[in-house]
Amino acid sequence: MSAYSVTEPSTRSKWFAGSLVILYALITMIPLAWIMLTGFKSPSDAISYPPKVVFEPTLEGYVNLFTTRTRQTQEFLDANPPQNWADEIVREYDMVIVGPSKFGERFLNSVIIGFGSTFLSVFLGTLAAYAFSRFKIPLADDLLFFILSTRMMPPIAVAIPIFLMYRNLGLSDTHLGMILLYTAVNISLAVWLLKGFIDEIPREYEEAALIDGYTRFQAFYKVVLPQAATGIASTAIFCLIFAWNEYAFAVLLTSATAQTAPPFIPTIIGVGGLDWPAVAAGATIFLLPVMIFTILLRKHLLRGITFGAVRK
Amino acid sequence: MAEIVIKNVRKEFGDFVAVRESSFTIEDGEFFMLLGPSGCGKTTTLRMIAGLELPTSGEIYLDGEEIGQRPPSERDIAFVFQMFALYPHMNVYKNLSYPLVSQGMPRAQVRAKVDEVATILGIKDILKKPVGGLSGGDRQRVALGRAIVREPKAFMMDEPLGALDAEFREHMAEELRALHDRMGATTVYVTHDQLEAMQMGDKIVVMNNAVVEQFGKPQDIYDMPATMFVADFIGSPSMNFLNFHGKVAKGEELVTLADQTMSVPTLREGASGDLVFGVRPEHIRLSDDGDYRGKVLATEYLGTTQIITLDTPNGEVKARIASDQPATVGETVGLGFNAKTVTLFDKSTGRALRSELNEGVLAHG
Repeated sequence: MSAYSVTEPSTRSKWFAGSLVILYALITMIPLAWIMLTGFKSPSDAISYPPKVVFEPTLEGYVNLFTTRTRQTQEFLDANPPQNWADEIVREYDMVIVGPSKFGERFLNSVIIGFGSTFLSVFLGTLAAYAFSRFKIPLADDLLFFILSTRMMPPIAVAIPIFLMYRNLGLSDTHLGMILLYTAVNISLAVWLLKGFIDEIPREYEEAALIDGYTRFQAFYKVVLPQAATGIASTAIFCLIFAWNEYAFAVLLTSATAQTAPPFIPTIIGVGGLDWPAVAAGATIFLLPVMIFTILLRKHLLRGITFGAVRK
Repeated sequence: MAEIVIKNVRKEFGDFVAVRESSFTIEDGEFFMLLGPSGCGKTTTLRMIAGLELPTSGEIYLDGEEIGQRPPSERDIAFVFQMFALYPHMNVYKNLSYPLVSQGMPRAQVRAKVDEVATILGIKDILKKPVGGLSGGDRQRVALGRAIVREPKAFMMDEPLGALDAEFREHMAEELRALHDRMGATTVYVTHDQLEAMQMGDKIVVMNNAVVEQFGKPQDIYDMPATMFVADFIGSPSMNFLNFHGKVAKGEELVTLADQTMSVPTLREGASGDLVFGVRPEHIRLSDDGDYRGKVLATEYLGTTQIITLDTPNGEVKARIASDQPATVGETVGLGFNAKTVTLFDKSTGRALRSELNEGVLAHG
């Protein structure tokens, strides 16, 4: 029998834990993989039954996602040979590309609104969290509870009042309106998360900076902010994920100018109904920014989830 | 270099009074100890001098200038924190240069200054290292370096050796004292360790319950405590308190303890009621023929000396005698007290009665 250790797990339990993690990862990755694969299928492959796992890949979905097309007569098609590979793909359906689709614009809206509200939430959240953490604020606990209580009901429950307010204020279908809305929803999370992080930064660092001849604000941004980087990064991820994926308010409040990608993607219409490969392609591209952002900040993320509970 | 005068300084946190009207003077170039048990207000006092807390009332003078309500950056005082508070996201060099950068000192000058300080402290070889991986001693040196690099008027140190292990403490205490003597800068040092205070300080303020109990040279405080608290807090074992009930008058040289007459330093004030006869353990002689007798309860061997615990008519007494002097548990021996070293206390106020011994010390206490 091998030596027994209280701290080191046995080989068998390591294998077991490992395979459990892999199994879980596979299960959660299947829908994701399916979306990515569907993006490269032809419309008929996408809806075939039984579902096709092996298929001939095509960029049709991506072409349809990014372009607007019209059906043309055979004479027109013969007179105008295809100008590039994308054109060639749509010719199969007797169509020509007449311009870009709205996807680029919607995607840009998502970027502006998502990152804008994330920046604003984290910026305001950091200042508020610092104030709650360091200064004697009258009724601080009640204020913190109030801030948290804004998350106690689903935001969509107040959709109608917000819709009416936004219409009266002229914030409907504006970037600013959506940024403010997502910031309002995210700010409580940001304040609470960041307060936890800033509470853990010893005051002595700021006091040392004060003694070293810096002002309170200099001490804050030169000493506290770098220390809180982990907390700020993980808070930013959480805020971005929410703002990026938000669907209900986007459907309700945006249309022509400020519409984000989530309400746009499912409305991509192809020949004879929804163009599933184009929808899947849109979803795939839509995933990328958050994925990249998360990968860039992932070393901070674990600490963020554990709420700074592990700090040496 | 600076003289610091604390005048009637008081600090309240809400309803809690951290420091009651306190006054004392720290002379230029002194190594000054703020000593007391935890929660006595010594750290608050230090932080008020540095500007990290603002006094509720009272004045603080630095070189004759009133600075009590100014922000720390305008005081030119350095602070060494108990946990060092080195900026964790910077390396040693950056930590050391940080106070200079805030003054807008040119880069080359900063480099030269940091170099000089690093040489003094023997940390030149770790300048490039991040502070995270440093040993306790090196962190301590970097913290000191950050304090001395801009040549402030005075240094505040909040239990700077508290985070070090015992063995290294001793060494660092010597280093610190040597550094002070070399720089000659006024240093205010907070500690709860009476040995550290006696060993390093030119002067000591003893605080308790937000009040300054006594202020003076270590030896004066040890030999002539102004209050029972000071007598008890300083010295190990602490001063023996023999309780008795009686009346003493001004000019008297004798007191009666359990029917035995003891001589004491000539009193300069009288008192009556519950009194205390205070004597340090090392000022007790054991002899076979003494009339004041006690029974040996225990002996503690400490190498060159031993501590004998005796049961006397006025309570338990500890005596420090040479370790070669025989003492057996259970036997009854006579006790002799060195009259010149005795302090009488009024138990109701806890204050020492003035006598020819301590009047010089108590006058400015």
